[in-house]
Amino acid sequence: MSDAAPAQRQPNRLAYWYRSYAEQTESVTLGMWLFLVTEVMFFGGLFMAYMLYRTFNREAFAAASYTLDIGLGAFNTVVLIVSSLTVVLAVWAAEKGKQKQLILWLVATIVLGCTFLGVKYVEYEHKWHENKFPGPEFVFEDKRDFAHSAEPVDPDKVRMFFHIYFGMTGLHALHMIIGIGVFAVLLVNAIKGKYTQRWHDPIPVAGLYWHFVDLVWIYLFPLLYLIGRH
Amino acid sequence: MSTEQHGHIGLRVYFAVFFALMILTWITVEASYHDFEPWNDLIALGIATAKGALVVLFFMHVWHSSPLTKIVLITALFFFLVLVAFVYADVLTREMLNVPSRPPGFG
Repeated sequence: MSDAAPAQRQPNRLAYWYRSYAEQTESVTLGMWLFLVTEVMFFGGLFMAYMLYRTFNREAFAAASYTLDIGLGAFNTVVLIVSSLTVVLAVWAAEKGKQKQLILWLVATIVLGCTFLGVKYVEYEHKWHENKFPGPEFVFEDKRDFAHSAEPVDPDKVRMFFHIYFGMTGLHALHMIIGIGVFAVLLVNAIKGKYTQRWHDPIPVAGLYWHFVDLVWIYLFPLLYLIGRH
Repeated sequence: MSTEQHGHIGLRVYFAVFFALMILTWITVEASYHDFEPWNDLIALGIATAKGALVVLFFMHVWHSSPLTKIVLITALFFFLVLVAFVYADVLTREMLNVPSRPPGFG
C-alpha cells in the first residue's frame, strides 16, 4: 500500500492471507452479501406466504389492512429512509477519516432505529388492546364504509393476515434490534478511535445489513399498510 | 484502493437518492387512496421495487461493486423467483388439473 509511513504507527488490521487492504475489503463485503442472500431466502419464504394467502383472500386482507395506521407506517418508513441516509453518511465519514462526523452519524442511526422500534411498540400495543393479535382473544369487525364484494369477510382469513403481519413485522423488528446492537458496538469502537481512513471495514459491512433491513420494510409497508385503502 | 472504493459515489448522489426515496414514498401513499384497480398492486410493487433498486444500487454500492457481488445478488433474486414461480405453478393449476385438495385456509 502507498501509505506505508503511517502504517507503522497504526495497528496492523490486514490478515496475513490477504495481499492488500483492498482485497480484504472485497472479501468481507462479499461475505456480508452471502449472508444477505440467506436473509433474502429467509424473508422470501414469508413474502411467499403473504402472496399466496392474499391471492385467495383478497377481500379479507384488504379489510385487515384497513385497520392498520397508515400515518404511523408512513412515519416509520421515513424514519428508516433517513436512517439509511445517516448510515451512508457514516460510511462516507469513515472513508474520509472524519472521526467526529462518523460518531455523529452512528449516534443518529441508533436514535432513528430506536424511534422506529418505539413507534412499532405503540402500534403493537394498540393492536393488542383491539384484540387483533391472532391468539384466543382475537376478534374482528369490518369497519370499512365500502367493500369490493357483497359477502362479509371471514374473520378466520383476517386472522391469517394478522399472523403474517405480526410474524413479518416482528421478525423485521428483531433485525432492527440486532442492527442497533451492532451499531452500538461500532459507536464504542469509533469513540475508541479504532476506525481509520485505511481500515474501517465494519462500518460499510454493518451498513449493508442496515440497508437490507430498510429494504425489507420498503416492501412490507405497501404490502401490509397500503393495500386496503381504496 | 480500499479508501477510494466508494470514492466516486459522492454526497450529492446520496442526497439525490434520499430525496427520490422520500418522493416515491409520498407517491405510493397517495396512490393507495385512489382506486386504480386492477393496477393498485402493480403500482405499489413497482414503486417499492424502484425504491429497493435505488437502495441496493447506490446505498449498498452495487452499482460500483465487483462482478462477483453482482452475481451473488442476481442469484438470490433468481432463486426467490424460482420459489414464487413453482409455488404458483402448483397452486394455480390445481383446479385446472382437477386436483381436489387445497391447502387449509385457501378459498
